[in-house]
Amino acid sequence: MTPDEFAVEIHDLVRVYRAPRALRTDARPVVALDHLTLSVCRGEFFGLLGPNGAGKTTLIKVLTTLLLPTSGTARVAGWDVARDPQRVRERISVVSGGETSGYGLLTVREQLWMFSQFYGIPTPAALARIDRLLRVVGLYEERNRRISQLSTGMRQKMNVVRALLPDPEVLFLDEPTVGLDVEAARDIRAHIRSWVQEKPGRTVVLTTHLMHEAEELCDRVAIIHRGRIVACDTPSALRHKAAGGTFFVLTTDPWDGHRSLEVSPGVLRSDVRPLTDGRVEVRLQLDEDATLLRVLQELALRGIRIHALRKVEPSLEDAFVRIVGRRMEEADAEVTP
Amino acid sequence: MNPWARAVRATLGRAYPRLVGSNRDRAWLFYDTALPLLGSVALVYVYRSLGAPDHLVAYAIMGGAAMAFWMNVLWSMAAQFYWDKMAGNLELYMVVPCGLVPILLGMSLGGAVATLLRAALIVAAGSLLFGVSLPVRHLGLFLAVFAVALVALYGLGVTFAGAFLLWGREAWHTANLFMEPVFLLSGFYFPVRALGFWTAAAASLIPLTLALDALRQLMFGPMHPAFLPVQVELGLLVGLAAAFALTARAVLRRMEYLARREGRLSLRF
Repeated sequence: MTPDEFAVEIHDLVRVYRAPRALRTDARPVVALDHLTLSVCRGEFFGLLGPNGAGKTTLIKVLTTLLLPTSGTARVAGWDVARDPQRVRERISVVSGGETSGYGLLTVREQLWMFSQFYGIPTPAALARIDRLLRVVGLYEERNRRISQLSTGMRQKMNVVRALLPDPEVLFLDEPTVGLDVEAARDIRAHIRSWVQEKPGRTVVLTTHLMHEAEELCDRVAIIHRGRIVACDTPSALRHKAAGGTFFVLTTDPWDGHRSLEVSPGVLRSDVRPLTDGRVEVRLQLDEDATLLRVLQELALRGIRIHALRKVEPSLEDAFVRIVGRRMEEADAEVTP
Repeated sequence: MNPWARAVRATLGRAYPRLVGSNRDRAWLFYDTALPLLGSVALVYVYRSLGAPDHLVAYAIMGGAAMAFWMNVLWSMAAQFYWDKMAGNLELYMVVPCGLVPILLGMSLGGAVATLLRAALIVAAGSLLFGVSLPVRHLGLFLAVFAVALVALYGLGVTFAGAFLLWGREAWHTANLFMEPVFLLSGFYFPVRALGFWTAAAASLIPLTLALDALRQLMFGPMHPAFLPVQVELGLLVGLAAAFALTARAVLRRMEYLARREGRLSLRF
């Protein structure tokens, strides 16, 4: 593969945060990106999956020219982010989750027109593009509404339109569906996917900590943990890497002794999630199918009623757990005070 | 894409919210017109009670108009990037290809036009309320001083915008710091020559000082105790405009570099 075929090329990238001199305390510098190397091909939908504080947003900020690398190199659309930020900016767009940018007094159409002018798009072409994209995302009827009156979901759809206006070569999405309801998040994913499919060569780099989002959208996923890429492959290949054994999901009455199952022979891991109806879902990773019988006998001895049982394929979350050593929520909790 | 054409479009694009905003949120009629006028009214009554000549009453009204411009420069230019940072706009401005300069020019253009309307209202209302006329002699020179002063003033605003973001942890306090001292030093309500030559010379770094003195000379002729001849003040204003344009560019570059190196736009400390 030649360098021109890469939308993003990162080599040995390091980014360290230091407190400003005026505020400098004994706090140690934070290594947000730790010798990271990665390539994203043109036309690829690439996901960066990792818990809070893993370095995903820092990486996006470096790639979108908002931060300089401490060392190493990063190229976007063939241009170095440190040496040629202007060239990079002409070829990219970015949308972040929970974005509240813009001026509340402007209408949706005016806000988008203002941003189109920052890219130098002539007004007639800009307005035609704005109207077309607003129709695509279902916001056309709201075009004359002030943005201060939009719901969170509508606002994020507007932000997506804003990012698509200049028809970027590389679109960076930093947790674009965070804080959105299920329907709005699904809509946004659908619009992004159809935008990518519309024209070959369009590249998306998505950061997320939602497994299903990465699995649904991405051609390849890199798992990033503590500033390092710990795995990078297609979702399917990552899932199979996790396939150390066999997976079952049980629906049972609530009980709190599931960790004790892990000391049972043949049980590699068990996770419990509460369901909305008061029951719990137990996800078991076993060394072989025959182990299930022993588990069921043990549950029966404890008087736990089993409502449903099914064998499942390993998920991306299983891959994450196997690679990182803990569930996403547990890894999130590590950095959340 | 021609970068100059893009810069012009970006400037007009960013000016738009300032212009349309005046029409949509009419609170400015009170905050930006009535309040500066109230400050002038107090001075008018002081001058009247002392039996001062009418042109001093006109000074106070002009001070109200100057205050509208200065407040716009401080709160809508100098502090604007700070608000934009808090709202998440600044990050987006940093990644658009037009760069920060056209965005600041647009803010200046929109702000200057909108404030011109406010200043005109203050002058009109003050003149009507107190029956004072504001004659303009040498209209061409008057307009030249006014235009150059606006360029210099908003050049200072752009410089402040970068500086506030670099060094001001709380734009609110920093902007407050530049309110009353400037009202005093620039001679908003009295001839700046009263402060003495060297103080007035130092205060001339603020474009409003020279602009007010020159405009008052062009309105009241020999009745106004001039600080410097009008032509000299115009020349100095041209120099200030150029100096602030260069300083603003350097400060913006520095701000962007530090923002990228230290993550000052990303980390909200």
